[in-house]
Amino acid sequence: MSPGLYAPHSLRNAVIRFAGNSQDGIQSIGGFLARLAGRTAQEVMTYMTIPSTISGGPSIFQVHIGSGEVLHAGDEADVLVAFYQHSYDSHLGALRDGGVCLYDSGEVKEVRHERGIKHIGIPFTAATVEAVGGSTRDRGKNMFVLGLVCAVFNLDKEKLIGIVSRQFGKKDESVLRNAMLAFDAGFAYEVGDLERFAFEHGEAGDGHRISTDGNQMLTAGLIAAGVRYGAAYPITPWSSIMESLRAELPKYGGIYVQAEDELAAVSMTLGAAFAGHLAVTGSAGPGLSLKMEALSYASMAELPIIVINVQRGGPSTGLPTSVEQSDLMQAIYGSHGDCPRIVLAPQDVEDCFYIALEAGRLARKYSCPVIILSDQALSSRIEAFAEPDLDVHWVEPHIDLSTRREDYRPYPLDRTTQHAPPGSRMSSGKYPVISGLEHDEWGHPSGSPKMHSQMTGKRRQKLIDAAAEFPLPKVHGHQEGDVLIVGWGSTYGPIKESADRLPAEGFKVGALHLRHLHPLPNGLETIFNRYEHIVVVEMNDYGAYGYGQMATLLRARYCNPAIKSLCKTDGLAFRIREIVTGVEKHLAGAG
Amino acid sequence: MSTVLPSATVTEPEDRLTKKALTADHPTWCPGCGDFAVLNIFYRVLEKLQYPHEKIVCVAGIGCSSRFPYFMNTHGIHFIHGRALPLATGISLSRPDVHVFVFGGDGDGFSIGGNHLNHAARKNVKLTYVIMDNFVYGLTKKQTSPTSPIGFKSKTDPTGSVDRPINPMKQLLASGATFIARTHAAQVKHMEQMFERAILHDGFSVVECLSECVMFYAGAFDDSTPRKGGTFEAVDETQHDVTDEVAAFKLAENLAPGKFGVYYQVQRPTKNDLEQKWITDTQAKTGGVSQKDLLRKRLEAMR
Ligand SMILES: Cc1ncc(C[n+]2csc(CCOP(=O)(O)OP(=O)(O)O)c2C)c(N)n1
Ligand code: SF4
Ligand SMILES: [Mg+2]
Repeated sequence: MSPGLYAPHSLRNAVIRFAGNSQDGIQSIGGFLARLAGRTAQEVMTYMTIPSTISGGPSIFQVHIGSGEVLHAGDEADVLVAFYQHSYDSHLGALRDGGVCLYDSGEVKEVRHERGIKHIGIPFTAATVEAVGGSTRDRGKNMFVLGLVCAVFNLDKEKLIGIVSRQFGKKDESVLRNAMLAFDAGFAYEVGDLERFAFEHGEAGDGHRISTDGNQMLTAGLIAAGVRYGAAYPITPWSSIMESLRAELPKYGGIYVQAEDELAAVSMTLGAAFAGHLAVTGSAGPGLSLKMEALSYASMAELPIIVINVQRGGPSTGLPTSVEQSDLMQAIYGSHGDCPRIVLAPQDVEDCFYIALEAGRLARKYSCPVIILSDQALSSRIEAFAEPDLDVHWVEPHIDLSTRREDYRPYPLDRTTQHAPPGSRMSSGKYPVISGLEHDEWGHPSGSPKMHSQMTGKRRQKLIDAAAEFPLPKVHGHQEGDVLIVGWGSTYGPIKESADRLPAEGFKVGALHLRHLHPLPNGLETIFNRYEHIVVVEMNDYGAYGYGQMATLLRARYCNPAIKSLCKTDGLAFRIREIVTGVEKHLAGAG
Repeated sequence: MSTVLPSATVTEPEDRLTKKALTADHPTWCPGCGDFAVLNIFYRVLEKLQYPHEKIVCVAGIGCSSRFPYFMNTHGIHFIHGRALPLATGISLSRPDVHVFVFGGDGDGFSIGGNHLNHAARKNVKLTYVIMDNFVYGLTKKQTSPTSPIGFKSKTDPTGSVDRPINPMKQLLASGATFIARTHAAQVKHMEQMFERAILHDGFSVVECLSECVMFYAGAFDDSTPRKGGTFEAVDETQHDVTDEVAAFKLAENLAPGKFGVYYQVQRPTKNDLEQKWITDTQAKTGGVSQKDLLRKRLEAMR
């Protein structure tokens, strides 16, 4: 039967999971679909797993496309595309009852007819080889599958081909030709007894929409914030940010250095900050551990610097390609001494851009380190959102080399430090030395007990001022009631969706998401006081006392026994079901 | 030059840069410490070179010798133990308009900061680095250093050090530094020449300066101090070709007390120049597009 014989079944959203090996190119077709969704006024969120070994291995890419708001990558799939027997065996369980399984009939030999799942065997490999020609072996079967999916879901073929062509256009012409041969074969394939679907039209807003991942948005946000210098050392899942900065910054007159290690990376970045620039370093947990001594210095010497931690599973080398939020305490307290610094966390891919901008502004304003806690899930998932308006969000880099007044002091007790970088003349004739030893207002080393207390107070004041300027987050859902679900970072979407589902059980539920983790915005207690239960959802461990890292901080800060934890450490993003049942347990008093 | 920097303003010369203008806090070093001479000679060389006062930057890590920036009235930064070089790299690469000088000890440079020395040298970052080598940890009060000779009795080796010391010259040669010299704090004329040549070198220049710790290793350099009965032998550059790496390694064979002078000097493009070339070439390609439009294009490609 050719496509179009059936009237397509209308869909608001669908979750498609591709399961294969990492070398099959399922990431790229997932990326094409995500981009297409972004272009056709649909919402999208993707989720992928990649093996941490180079030689490949099982990998999945899941795309959740919808006409309304899409807040998560989907608990279970509506459609499973299985490339191998092992993919089939591992992922059939992720398919919903009555879902559709498309599988490579040349690879998958044993299928289990269960839960009303509709099985459709298609020879992906053989059909691709036939379409493209023998020499390419099975390369291109991802494109065959993309063509198939395009037909089944009545996707906008022309737009999709446009996106594919742009991607392959950079390569050899024959690459694109072969890709299109495979795509067309998939598109025209007779799938037999399978209904066709079509997405309802999304509401096209004004302006353009873009679709990309969190690391790319952090990079763009840093550039918009005026960052032109920095240094780093490669580590998953941070590397793609440094790779982009290294390639991009020269266009903007800047330099990004690959350092010999993270100690050097943070030091070089501090060198650029001392020289008067807004600079960034970053890593994942292991690298952050190495940067801690220098970050303590940055607090003491009062140097502005942005530090990104794309968190992964720990401790130690841990789970390099899994997600966790277990570096929160390290971000806030992980250096020696009382060393105030600001910690922010983006809530979704779009927010990565705005968090980077805010980090730049705060680092400069308070002349202190600002840590951005992203994570592996945000780093790699693709979302579609409104393109940022650079006419509003653009900071021209600047460096103040004006001659400083007679009374200039690098560390005034009554004001926030604003350094005079090298190249600035001093009217007083006295040049400042930036110091990691406790110092007086002029930067001279001082062991005076009084001076240390005063300077500690001066540095602490930055946090007090920042807390006062941070906006109080808005509560989603019920403004008072049974339970407030609190989260931070990449769990924003799943928490919001869970809060929407829980009232169906008769509860009054609100959700609150923190972007400013340290200091916390003033006034949170007034919100907390309006709920019977406060459940803090985070991807880290309950610890010795039964509370996750943010929950521990909130309990210490607000002394509110209603604050409870819902934690997990399986290295995977929260599913809606996990949050809903976890919160229900707390409501039932069993938490 | 980077577009971030204000275009190099021609500053009208201030008063002549004098030792007085360059002097800051009185050094906290022990009376008789070799580091005083290093400081004095550095003042003298800067007086001679007359760089604009505000463009001089002194950087150090931690140690007695690393207190240097406090005693210089210039822009300065006193950083953490062993990491002065990467910090200085960040300054040098992002501010081609300033002169970067780094000071430190043997522990700071060869032990905790050893890896950074290798990499700053191989990258040929434009800066000058003076290692005040006293064969001991001074600030922390007499522990073994990577240059302490075998048998040196310290608080961490009460029966005498057993670990083979490094050979600083060989180490620097292997690192890829493009200017390597060795001098002696008791030989002020020689020190002055070495500092001046190091500073004028276009690239990563490093000078190891034997500087006695009178408190914890008195007499360490008597064998190269004529008034203590030793011999101070300078490298004869009519005999030693400073561009010959093999000859330099030969010269470094025996450093007890060995010879003093320039061991090695070659011209190799600096990282500063190579990165700048990348910037210039890339910007020639994007020609004329404003920075904001560059980013706008990048975002548009994500549509
Ligand atoms: C991370 C760290 N480890 C150890 C120290 C303690 N420390 C300070 S200086 C120093 C050694 C100094 O020796 P050297 O670099 O030779 O300088 P000198 O005092 O001899 O001039 C040590 C071990 C420190 N400040 N920081
Ligand atoms: S302890 Fe040694 S190195 Fe330190 S100041 Fe005294 S003499 Fe100099
Ligand atoms: Mg020493």
